[in-house]
Amino acid sequence: MNYNAGEYEVAVIGAGHAGIEAALASARLGCKTVIFTINMDAVGNCPCNPSIGGTAKGHLVREIDALGGEMGKTADACFLQSRMLNRGKGPAVHSLRAQIDRSKYSDLMKHKLELQENLELKQAEITDIKKTDSGYTLTSRMLGEYNVKAVIIATGTYLGGKIFVGEVSYESGPDGTFPAAFLGQSLKELGLPLRRFKTGTPARVLRSSIDFSELEEQHGDEPPIPFSYDTEDMGDNKVICHISWTNEKTKEIILENIHRSPLYGGKIEGVGPRYCPSLEDKIVRFSEKKRHQLFIEPCGLDTEEMYLQGMSSSLPEEVQLKFYHTIKGLEHAVIMRPAYAIEYDCVDPTEMDATLEFKSLKGLYGAGQFNGSSGYEEAAAQGLVAGINAALKIKGREPLILSRSNSYIGTLIDDLVTKGANEPYRMMTSRSEYRLILRQDNADVRLTPLGREIGLISDARWEKFQAKQKLKAEEIKRISKTVIPPSEEINKILVSRETSPLSTGAKLIELLRRPQISYADLTSIDKTRPSLDQNIFEQVEIEVKYEGYIEKQLRQVAQLQKLENKKLPSEFDYTEIKGLRLEAQEKLNKIKPKSIGQASRISGVSPADINVLLIWLSGRGARE
Amino acid sequence: MNNTTIAAISTAQGEGGIGVIRISGDDAITIADKIFEPISGKRLCDKKGYTAAFGHVKNKNETVDEAIATVFREPNSYTGENVVEISCHGGLFITREVLRVVLENGAVPAQAGEFTKRAFLNGKLDLTEAEAVIDIISAKSKAAAKAALLAKDGALWKKITDVKTKLVTCSAHLSAWADYPEEDIEEVTEDSLCSVINECLFDLNRLLMTYDKGQTIKEGIDTVIAGKPNTGKSTLMNLLSGKARSIVTDIPGTTRDIIEETVLVGDVILRLSDTAGLRQTGDAVEKIGVDIAKDRISTCGLVLAVFDSSRELDRDDLDLLDSIGDTPSIAIINKTDLESVIDEDYIKSKVKETVKISAKNGEGYDELVKKLTILAGTDDLNPSEGILSNERQRLAVLNSKKALKEALNALAIGMTFDAVNVEIEEAIENILELTGERVSDVVVDSVFHNFCVGK
Repeated sequence: MNYNAGEYEVAVIGAGHAGIEAALASARLGCKTVIFTINMDAVGNCPCNPSIGGTAKGHLVREIDALGGEMGKTADACFLQSRMLNRGKGPAVHSLRAQIDRSKYSDLMKHKLELQENLELKQAEITDIKKTDSGYTLTSRMLGEYNVKAVIIATGTYLGGKIFVGEVSYESGPDGTFPAAFLGQSLKELGLPLRRFKTGTPARVLRSSIDFSELEEQHGDEPPIPFSYDTEDMGDNKVICHISWTNEKTKEIILENIHRSPLYGGKIEGVGPRYCPSLEDKIVRFSEKKRHQLFIEPCGLDTEEMYLQGMSSSLPEEVQLKFYHTIKGLEHAVIMRPAYAIEYDCVDPTEMDATLEFKSLKGLYGAGQFNGSSGYEEAAAQGLVAGINAALKIKGREPLILSRSNSYIGTLIDDLVTKGANEPYRMMTSRSEYRLILRQDNADVRLTPLGREIGLISDARWEKFQAKQKLKAEEIKRISKTVIPPSEEINKILVSRETSPLSTGAKLIELLRRPQISYADLTSIDKTRPSLDQNIFEQVEIEVKYEGYIEKQLRQVAQLQKLENKKLPSEFDYTEIKGLRLEAQEKLNKIKPKSIGQASRISGVSPADINVLLIWLSGRGARE
Repeated sequence: MNNTTIAAISTAQGEGGIGVIRISGDDAITIADKIFEPISGKRLCDKKGYTAAFGHVKNKNETVDEAIATVFREPNSYTGENVVEISCHGGLFITREVLRVVLENGAVPAQAGEFTKRAFLNGKLDLTEAEAVIDIISAKSKAAAKAALLAKDGALWKKITDVKTKLVTCSAHLSAWADYPEEDIEEVTEDSLCSVINECLFDLNRLLMTYDKGQTIKEGIDTVIAGKPNTGKSTLMNLLSGKARSIVTDIPGTTRDIIEETVLVGDVILRLSDTAGLRQTGDAVEKIGVDIAKDRISTCGLVLAVFDSSRELDRDDLDLLDSIGDTPSIAIINKTDLESVIDEDYIKSKVKETVKISAKNGEGYDELVKKLTILAGTDDLNPSEGILSNERQRLAVLNSKKALKEALNALAIGMTFDAVNVEIEEAIENILELTGERVSDVVVDSVFHNFCVGK
């Protein structure tokens, strides 16, 4: 017998990285919010790698933080080792990555949810969603009925989750939790097209069973750099990681047993990601490679579990043991948790708007792996946007739509809702056409004003942000005016950096424009340099050095913006426009793009179709 | 998108005495000012709408043609935008030259129907007219789709694909190297980047050269009349232009030593250059002329090598026969009205096609026309595939080249590879305009295809 479990404005199903950001944002924007987790001990769990950030993902974390999300701050509070990747490859691809203490991360996030005003965290499996006149009714396994205005689905790999280890397979969520076994059927009844994706994770092994003596060490950066613009003191790096390699013997064992992999035996129907392949995938697809790299990373300070990055597998446990033992340092490794592949239900993201609301089901939102993405950071980014939009809609405010030109988050969502995902979608710097504008160092400049407008940036943080902008402007003014006269000292520096010496005075800004010269190089001769936040120097130097490229990309953005400003109607049957090709009509009817810009990114819509749309659009304006 | 400035030849090509190049868009007048020098000295941007100026079209400092520029100011023009119409001497060669100069100064080639489209967008057409425009564009897109399919088997597709593959692989390597810093992906080096970029620049240059060759069908065959002095080159030129309908009046060519003229011989359009006489000379100035002539012989589409049958072959004649090389050619043994002493067999051993004529009295002219028509129908002179066939394609290749040069420049001054990759991607983007794909999809796909990456 069902009972009435209460009324809420926003309900979030799932308390992983997407659900957490969604629930916090919604509650902080003043909506009475409830968040459900199947297992209270799995809130903010990191079932795969014990790290946050990485290439392009580090950008996402910074952006989440700049908008007022929680991931960056929490990662800073439990980081074990922090590294800025790609130093030397250029500022567009600098990316922050931190090893984190995964159980501490989970505890911190759970606690933040518990403390959040307007938010209730509940252990409950939602088994049914029904549309009602005023929103939705959710039913829990314990027969509670929750009446809500908006729902955000963030079910991760729990929805219809099924684990595969060799010949063994069973229904399960990640890390031995229950799967969400009933919700899928209910979503299908609502008309959502579900499909199967798969992902996987490597084994965790006991630290004392690893011989580190001959392994290459990997240390963190000193001093460690925080993700959050709010974090002032990070403390020191706490751990080191190690690097090892597979060899011919590893390959031999895997190839001998490849028929026992459910991936190759045809048992897994889900589509796996190309960027996160299992070791057997890598060996089969790149058979000419003799060895593959792996990283041995601690899972936390209070555990002896070690994560083997790069060694994901779905082979039987006995085969895993055999091939791990061929690897230097792992000869006697004791597996604490075996590697596994997991298959789960997710939705076709082209069913959603850029607000992450379903086009056909108003008030229903999706975020994270449910939307076909992969990765904690991608999930958190979508959760934040879905949570913000659910709340803004309830409050009767304009939705938040991030663009390709202001953020990686906007790029991620635009890719998902416009092009869809044929495999789990991972963020990469090469997915952005505006990399030199969308840098990790300037996420605050790009997004904090938006976060403030939405209402997720506190007064104190806003003041801090504004003060920083003022100092930055003053610094640019200072280096534009300060003239460095030719001297032995400066010329020695310049020559040692292989750039031409001065014969007449030069402005500081001119010197910084030279690719070979950094702020750090000029410390001794720059007598009037104020003491500022390192991030200010970083932004100023990049903006000066890459000015030409940045301007070029800004011009491209302006060009794009004109097309983005040409809005298309949300309810329209494109078969009515005769000039469009059949394929274009079908795609446009499916995606229902918001603007000409978005329409031009749909595969199957040609430039000629765009011309037809433009003409039709202005004709429509004239008719009305 | 609608504010870019477009340009196209708006008169039927090859017909009439006047050719009109129409420029439309925000920058139409600014662009026209860059290439048009009015006699009055009053710049077009200072002129009111519905006014005209007489002057010269200039390519840098070189005069392309005399012309009249008419200024229309928005919204009072056909398209409703700023419009400049440049009326120059008609004919294919000059109008295309003027268009080329306009495009090189910031306009982009107009698509078919684009002026009309803009007119509509700016409320200059009524709905019935507008629907007709949609029909045209739709028909065009069908034709374009068909053409694209055909082009897939063509040599242009192949050449473009080659360059594209090289650049995409290069960009994917840079992306994989940046996106997967912890995989053992081969380091990208400045040398390897430079060599790929240089290879692609070379390929693009070759492609641009075929563009000019491809124009033979539309603009006429780039034909050089060569021969030592007094073999009757000028008489031949007069014969060809006198008997033919002259499309264009004389214009100075690229140097004062080459006179150019476009003529219709039978069904074949020839763009004739009469070169300086080819002979050994000690005179410095004359030598430059001779060198230019030799250079033209090796780069042109067709050589008409003229010999005087009343004189024996001398060193200058032999020199000419040698310098023809692989260039398609017809040996014209002139002055059949006089007694022949020339070694015809030797000429025939060097040049496949020979015609005996008397340029003076027109004897042998029909034979020449026949040979020309046959030659024009051969593959050498009718490279229907493997060429850039319009200004839009040419501009895409030019822009791609420009971006690659920027990339080289960025490498030279020591910029980081993320900046270099932005330029490479721009080069790819321009090439993809020809193939209709989008850059980041292509690069991302290539990353996964070529590199073993993952956690």
